[in-house]
Amino acid sequence: MRDRAAPGMGRRAPWRRACAIASASALCVGGCGGRQSIVAPRSHQAHVISLLWWWMLGASVVVFAGAVGLLALAFLRRRSAGLPLVGKREDLAGGMVIGFGIVVPLVVLVTLFGASDIYAVRFSEAPAPGSTAMTVDVTGHQWWWEVRYPGSQAVTANEVHIPVNTRVRVLATTDDVIHSLWVPRLARKIDMIPGRENAILLDTPDAGRYVGQCSEFCGLAHANMRIAVVAEPAASFAAWLANAARPAPPPAGASATSGRQLFTGRGCDGCHELRGTEAQGQIGPDLSHLASRATLAALTVPNTRAELAAWIEDPQAIKPGAHMPDLGLSAGEAQKIAAYLEGLH
Amino acid sequence: MATVLSPRARRHVELLDHAWRERRGLLGWLTTTDHKRIGLMYLFTSLAFFAAGGVEALLIRTQLIGPAQHLLTPEAYDELFTMHGITMIFLVVIPMTTGAFGNYLVPLMIGARDMAFPRMNAVSFWIFLGSGVFLYIALATGQAPNAGWFDYVPLASKQYDPGLNIDFYGYGLIFNGIASTATAINIIVTIFKLRAPGMSLNRMPLFCFAFLAAAFSLVFALPALTLATIFLELDRQLGFHFYDVAFGGDPLLWQNLFWIFGHPEVYIIILPAFGIATSIIPTFVHRRMVMFPLVALAELLVAFLGFGVWVHHMFAVGLATMVTVYFAAASLIIVIPSAIQIFAWITTILSGTPEFKTPLLWIVGFIVFFIVGGLSGITLAAIPFDQQVNASYYVVAHFHFVIFGGAVFPILGGMYYWFPKVSGRMYHERVGQLSFWLSFIGTWVTFFPMHLVGIDGMPRRIYTYTAASGWATLNALESVGAYVLAAGLLLVIANLAVSLLKGPRAGNDPWRGDTLEWATSSPPPPYNYAVVPTVSSAYPMWDRDDRERDAVRLDRGEGVLARGHETPASTVQDAEFDEVLAMPPHSLWPPLVGLALFVGFVMLLLAHFVIAAAVGGAAALLLLAWHAEAPREEAGAPVPGLGTPGEGAAT
Repeated sequence: MRDRAAPGMGRRAPWRRACAIASASALCVGGCGGRQSIVAPRSHQAHVISLLWWWMLGASVVVFAGAVGLLALAFLRRRSAGLPLVGKREDLAGGMVIGFGIVVPLVVLVTLFGASDIYAVRFSEAPAPGSTAMTVDVTGHQWWWEVRYPGSQAVTANEVHIPVNTRVRVLATTDDVIHSLWVPRLARKIDMIPGRENAILLDTPDAGRYVGQCSEFCGLAHANMRIAVVAEPAASFAAWLANAARPAPPPAGASATSGRQLFTGRGCDGCHELRGTEAQGQIGPDLSHLASRATLAALTVPNTRAELAAWIEDPQAIKPGAHMPDLGLSAGEAQKIAAYLEGLH
Repeated sequence: MATVLSPRARRHVELLDHAWRERRGLLGWLTTTDHKRIGLMYLFTSLAFFAAGGVEALLIRTQLIGPAQHLLTPEAYDELFTMHGITMIFLVVIPMTTGAFGNYLVPLMIGARDMAFPRMNAVSFWIFLGSGVFLYIALATGQAPNAGWFDYVPLASKQYDPGLNIDFYGYGLIFNGIASTATAINIIVTIFKLRAPGMSLNRMPLFCFAFLAAAFSLVFALPALTLATIFLELDRQLGFHFYDVAFGGDPLLWQNLFWIFGHPEVYIIILPAFGIATSIIPTFVHRRMVMFPLVALAELLVAFLGFGVWVHHMFAVGLATMVTVYFAAASLIIVIPSAIQIFAWITTILSGTPEFKTPLLWIVGFIVFFIVGGLSGITLAAIPFDQQVNASYYVVAHFHFVIFGGAVFPILGGMYYWFPKVSGRMYHERVGQLSFWLSFIGTWVTFFPMHLVGIDGMPRRIYTYTAASGWATLNALESVGAYVLAAGLLLVIANLAVSLLKGPRAGNDPWRGDTLEWATSSPPPPYNYAVVPTVSSAYPMWDRDDRERDAVRLDRGEGVLARGHETPASTVQDAEFDEVLAMPPHSLWPPLVGLALFVGFVMLLLAHFVIAAAVGGAAALLLLAWHAEAPREEAGAPVPGLGTPGEGAAT
């Protein structure tokens, strides 16, 4: 199952601020959206759960059809004085209640309990520490995801890179309210709860970009708190990780250099870190390699220079409620900062 | 029924009319202690809130009709979905079932003349009204609760939600809980002590078993919610740390306390609906309920087991697998008593001669929806699957099938069924059926696709989604379904409103129903029954001899109790005549107590704690004044036709 093809991304009209949100979702395809279906599994765990679902659906259809069939029979025979046998004999009617109300459900429920809560449950259990090849720390924030790789300097946001065919333990925590990490095609969801460290397993054989989103209501921008898991072959993952661990690259060109100065001059560094520079803010996402990410604002808009400039200029128009303040930058200043940040590969 | 009374009988009736007279006009409604008038006030108030909650739902559905819509800001959306949930649970379904149906029908069905505590009954209505007004002041002033109806901390803490929004929630629910608790206690005592002589527990209508179970659940479940909200306000107002992890608190404490209330709450909602179904089915299929004792047992069992399953709301919070497995097993076991009831209804319908009139149609619709909601509920007890779809639209679909299909449909069926009794007039049958079909189709189209978008990964409580998500078509369908459903519900109200004015006279017993309420006139007189009825089976209206004897007894003045504002009480198990209770007359104290508490809670909200304490003291004084009037009781004297108090029934 492939993600929907992205239509061409049009140039923004001058009235872009007024309809920034409107265009955001129309433009934001491929990178931001994509299939989040639990019945398009791309991991063993998600596959087991989807299989469980199909079996439960099948059994449910049978039970529903049977019960509604009995009601339909009652309707068709509404003029005759009750059914033969069951309608005449109280003990047979009682037997029907005991059969359909106790015996059949017991058999079905015990089977389901064994299949799901004894057997299948082990595939969605938290992996023990040290039982996996690697660990990724994902921390929920209102309304973005911080991603760290223990043992590496690499820090990123809203994109979790993992190698394929590798058991990865994701340690899920939160910095503020409760969030829930849910990438349906790869794994069950896990709540991120203050004071707790929860874990889930990511392990997929298929390279690809898997979209998920926060599934515990976490405030104003809950709807725009998406995340992508990028599964890639071991070699490209290693290259990505090595790059992500480096300090932010220096600006290239006059526009980018002045953007670099504006970044600290206008206070962006109060919240954002650019590793290897004096910008050491710890409130918003680390931007050391922003240009290597496909999207902005937790998969709200694609990461293009125009979108980035618009986001810097007026964050609330793109993602209402976001904690990134409007710094009162001019369009020209926002363009320069965007020019700088778009060079941070 | 004898319609022409002999002079002697008429004299007894006149005495009763005099003893049970209430004030006229608006003051009459304000001071009433008549369970029927209180029930009607509950009905109209909860219908008004139902309209408000429905408009909120339509706004939500219109916002989601397509991707990236701008009807609502995220702030407004969050307030609307929170208020929709709070409204439908606390201001519609609970007051509609226990308050309106329970109040109006339980005393009638058990042959009593009022609820056991008529003034407490009135005060619980005024408190309920006050709590609803309190919560809607929040919406009107743009600071409605906005953290969802289960209000998880720390999102609901002062740090992340500093306005009054969550305080309206906390105080509003504490306030509301007083009303529900009082009503529940009243229902329990009424059912245990005021049953007509001869109505031993095994002859009690299943309706009353269901309401008894729901009332017990309320009494035991609400303290958890009250405690949780008190902790919340202590955290918010006084800097306590019950839920603050930085100081040794735990946000999961809130989740546990909330769901210890929240899951029994589901059965508090659904049990009265079961009761309504078990009233309507025997009447329209012209036969007794199959497996009556098993169904009664199942109703009580559901209420009991409902307390042991709350963690299935928390399968994704990272608890040890062993814990989740236990709660999954408990959640599966509770399916059995529900399945018993479903198949008892189906078998009863199958083995009788069903007349598919409007009330039965709503019940059949209810059975169909409850099966779907039950089946999706079973899938949610499969832990790994729950861990996928928890907090997605699949869950939204599930609980709307259970609550809307499972509770609101029987409520609407019940409104049609008892409309002739309450109003004295008959509704329009064809329009009634049309309103059912519109609502039935609307419910399917609104809520069924929610399963599918949930499977497709759509989380609940999002005010917007992208076109790329692929959720647009199903969401558009859901929204269209919501409009159809709204049309169906409006037609129900229109039918009943027009019939109230123009419907043909219904008579005492238009359905040839099986329970006692059909024995009295429509609408019933303030004292319900001129003669305290005697009961010798679970289907007292089908015992023609007993009912014919009532007329004779009225003539002789047996079991009339016309010397004052009185009702007989009976023993808990066998319903043998026990004593005569002097019931308190109408009074202005209940609305005054309600008003004092309302002012007190407003002062708490505004953090004027001294004034709040003063108002609380005033409310206590009002209660003292109220209780200063001791009812006149004449203990021990034998009552004609009932026997000597405490010595068992004479008939």
